[in-house]
Amino acid sequence: MSAVTVLIPTLLRPLVEDRSAVEVPVDAPATVSAVLDALSEGRPVLARRIRDETGALRRYVNVYVDGEDVRRVDGLATSVTPGSEVMIIQSVAGG
Amino acid sequence: METTVIAIGTKKGLWLATSTDRQNWTLSQPHHLMSEIPSIGIDTRGGRTRILVGMMDWHWGPTVVYSDDLGSTWSEPEQGAIKFAESDETALGRIWQLQPDSEDRPGVVWAGCEPISVWKSTDGGQHFELNRGLWDHPHRSEWGAGFGGAAAHTVIPHPVDDTVHVAMSTGGVYRSIDGGQSWEPRNKGISAYFMPDPNPEFGQCVHKIARDSENPERLYAQNHHGVYRSDDGAETWESIADGLPADFGFVMLSHPRRGGTAWVIPLKADGERIPPDARLAVHRTDDAGATWTRLDNGLPSSEYNAVLRDAAGVDTAEPVGVYFGTRGGTVYASADEGQTFTEVAAHLPDVLCVRAAVVVGATAPVPSP
Repeated sequence: MSAVTVLIPTLLRPLVEDRSAVEVPVDAPATVSAVLDALSEGRPVLARRIRDETGALRRYVNVYVDGEDVRRVDGLATSVTPGSEVMIIQSVAGG
Repeated sequence: METTVIAIGTKKGLWLATSTDRQNWTLSQPHHLMSEIPSIGIDTRGGRTRILVGMMDWHWGPTVVYSDDLGSTWSEPEQGAIKFAESDETALGRIWQLQPDSEDRPGVVWAGCEPISVWKSTDGGQHFELNRGLWDHPHRSEWGAGFGGAAAHTVIPHPVDDTVHVAMSTGGVYRSIDGGQSWEPRNKGISAYFMPDPNPEFGQCVHKIARDSENPERLYAQNHHGVYRSDDGAETWESIADGLPADFGFVMLSHPRRGGTAWVIPLKADGERIPPDARLAVHRTDDAGATWTRLDNGLPSSEYNAVLRDAAGVDTAEPVGVYFGTRGGTVYASADEGQTFTEVAAHLPDVLCVRAAVVVGATAPVPSP
């Protein structure tokens, strides 16, 4: 078991005890999906903010692994290695 | 002293206005700023005022929250009040309607959503179950999307029996007579001029329906062109548009106690979605649509903004209060059934939903501006 760091956007920090980063334990090799599962453990509201009930990443939520947009890699199946930095960030939306 | 609350859902948050005389209103600070608020239900049953809100955040998705203390605190069911099962392979898009049922069915709240679906809660709106009868309906693949999306936007349960009427865009009116087990389209007499067959069994773009308070078999419908009444539980519809300046619009309100009384807010046409001649007016009928009275006292002499389908509501006071908001962010209130209007708020974001109620039960102090 090792850990990755998940960076939390400001608007979601109230759902993670106001932290800007959360260390998430994962079994290597892991995927973004597994990291989000671990992050969401015991945090059902946070889980719904990031992914919808089909498990898909919400359209205007982006996830980067070590600076790479996972939508340009393998989506939620993108691999995450121990020590990686996973960034959750809202994309441009609204009017 | 009675307090009346208006809940104003906009494209960028929720405002609450309160008044003890329905003339002078105190507007709250915004709640849920930056979230769209397309649906509100004020549930005053059981000696408590619960404000249920269907929110939509473009980033973080749709959710239901509620407040039992006039907005001092909000609660969000942890697991999400409305969500599809994994096996449904779809996700909730938007909550278009939150409709408390009658006094005799405490705790029952209906929701209409996008994708086209109807949901029922029996615990006051904390958890809703998908209505499988409508979800599995064989017509589903033929229902379309109006400009605002494909949604069940109106759910009106019968006050006494197990009938429920649903209106969807686009699909038309559907009725269940068995509490939602099975559903049949009920659009006979309603035109769908935008389809190859202008009189289809279903597919109409109904904008809003309302039930008559004295005769529950009587319904009123504002369609995408066309204003109609049914006297037989939606078996057949007939036009009641004569006497209105236009048959387009989104709003249909019925009086909470007096039969035959309903309000519409006409817009000129599909292709010209402004008040006719830019003169905003509410029209009321007191004879079930035989005649209409134009009501514009207190409304601006020139207004180019539309009023959306849920951006209007009534309270239950005597005389009944009528409330509505425009896409230009102005909200009007009438304490005399529409005879005169006063401005409650202006320069808000686009108003999507307006609901009003006389507050019951212990609540927090009226929020200060």
